[in-house]
Amino acid sequence: MKARVLHIASNTFREAVRDRVLYNLIAFALLLSGAAVLVGQISIEIEKLVVINLGLTAVSLFGIVIAIFIGIGLVSKEIEKRTLYTVLSRPVRRWEFIVGKFFGLAGTLVVNTFFMAIGVFAALFYVSHKFVRADGLILVALYFIILEFLIICSLALLFSSFSTPLLSAVFAFSLFVIGSFAEDLRGFAGMAHGFTRWLATGAAYLVPNFSAFNIVSSVAHEQPVAAQLIWHNSLYALFYAAMALSGAVLIFEHRNLK
Amino acid sequence: MNAIEILGLEKNYLVGFWAKRPKRALHPLHLTVEEGEIFGFLGPNGAGKTTTLKLLMGLVFPTSGSARILGQEWTDPEVKAQIGFLPEQPYFYDHLTVHELLNYYAQLSGVPAKERSRRVESTLHRVGLKDVHGVQLRKFSKGMLQRVGIAQAILHDPKLVFFDEPMSGLDPMGRREVRDLMEQLKHEGKTVFFSTHILSDAEALCDRVAIIHRGELRGVGAVADLTSSVHGKVEVIWQGSQIPASMKALGAECHITGDTVRAIVDEHQQDAAIDALRRERLHLIALTPVRTSLEAYFVEKLRRAETTAGRTL
Repeated sequence: MKARVLHIASNTFREAVRDRVLYNLIAFALLLSGAAVLVGQISIEIEKLVVINLGLTAVSLFGIVIAIFIGIGLVSKEIEKRTLYTVLSRPVRRWEFIVGKFFGLAGTLVVNTFFMAIGVFAALFYVSHKFVRADGLILVALYFIILEFLIICSLALLFSSFSTPLLSAVFAFSLFVIGSFAEDLRGFAGMAHGFTRWLATGAAYLVPNFSAFNIVSSVAHEQPVAAQLIWHNSLYALFYAAMALSGAVLIFEHRNLK
Repeated sequence: MNAIEILGLEKNYLVGFWAKRPKRALHPLHLTVEEGEIFGFLGPNGAGKTTTLKLLMGLVFPTSGSARILGQEWTDPEVKAQIGFLPEQPYFYDHLTVHELLNYYAQLSGVPAKERSRRVESTLHRVGLKDVHGVQLRKFSKGMLQRVGIAQAILHDPKLVFFDEPMSGLDPMGRREVRDLMEQLKHEGKTVFFSTHILSDAEALCDRVAIIHRGELRGVGAVADLTSSVHGKVEVIWQGSQIPASMKALGAECHITGDTVRAIVDEHQQDAAIDALRRERLHLIALTPVRTSLEAYFVEKLRRAETTAGRTL
């Protein structure tokens, strides 16, 4: 059972890393990190801050685009192209397929993030000529970005399990945007009354709270990150991804593959 | 033991956007396929062949009914380790090479690691894909993909193989090779269940066939039985270009081709026909019962089905 999940994950990873579009996206992210160097050079005394801000934002944005771009096609494209038929006609459970796909995509994103992070650190070294202890906080920011990716992957898979790639992309991207303003939504819910309050509170807690994962600005200003936040975000991301993945499995288990 | 027992499998799809209404894709189907036979599942496009195969593979869920494959419940995932499936017009992961793809499928089918490489090579050799090292599948032609599809279906040495339109996309040589392969599988004791609308393939290969039309089973039986002399006619062939008057008197349809004459007469008149040739001292070459071709049987079945449907409407 574990072996089959692993085989599906490694096949998903292999397919994803060979997709040329993926290389284009990584190239864009690295270019953006390079651009951060240029912008940093004209920003006197705040070069480092600009490089960290721009670099990490590029890693996050391009990772999100990759997660959505690949994630939405993971199930629907396999149905559309009928590659799924030759997989599910073997002793493979449907949930193994979904979980394997998730880990394959998550693995792809971790590896991509690793390479993009090298670009960010290289740009940082270029402008400051040395690393200081506080630069270690960038690793925490990168960890949070990866947690964001896990949630986006699971959501993309969830939408992909019942919808078309286009609609899945719209749903996943909308949730990412709304989730980035989740704190504001919660604030609004606190101020609202009656039915609106219930509705806003429900929506605020249903959408993923991505704003809690965005520590790019505080890391750029070398502000420490509380251990409690790391624990909270880790548990939240795992719980949210597990829920979305369970939903994907539940839908996919009952889906007719026409 | 039966390889496949289909016990009233039925499939209705809900169609329509607002007011969903059921559309029957497959009427309750009862069918048995014995172990070791090549079974042809025939029908025109949209007859329900692929739906039946998808139901058996667990890709779609039945409205009602059940099935047993190799004596086990068809929903049991472990039974799938013993079956192979070629979908219609197969498509594979673009960026993988055929070796990577088959290795992946071998892993999923539980082929032991030490055997995988040998199994992949021998299967590729068997389907005529030897020199494709390092080539990604997106560069394969339709015929080559069909061969890859057949390879992945037999890779793990299954006891039962399902082929959905296996000859599709193949040139005459390729079709011949697939026919040979299916016969080899039968000789190895495997059961082959294949759907097709190419009747000559079915007639040449199958021990038994079933005919399905508009989701309903129209006939099932041994090819030899279905193509027997249902018209009660015999074919008489003799040398020469002369047609005796007594033969014409029997009402025989005669055709002269080169230096032979071919005549079709009623079965009860065959002695009279032979006497007519003897009297004229003509050399009899052959006397054989006229067999209805599978195609004629198939067309007749569909025509009857259409007539019945017309009456019902």
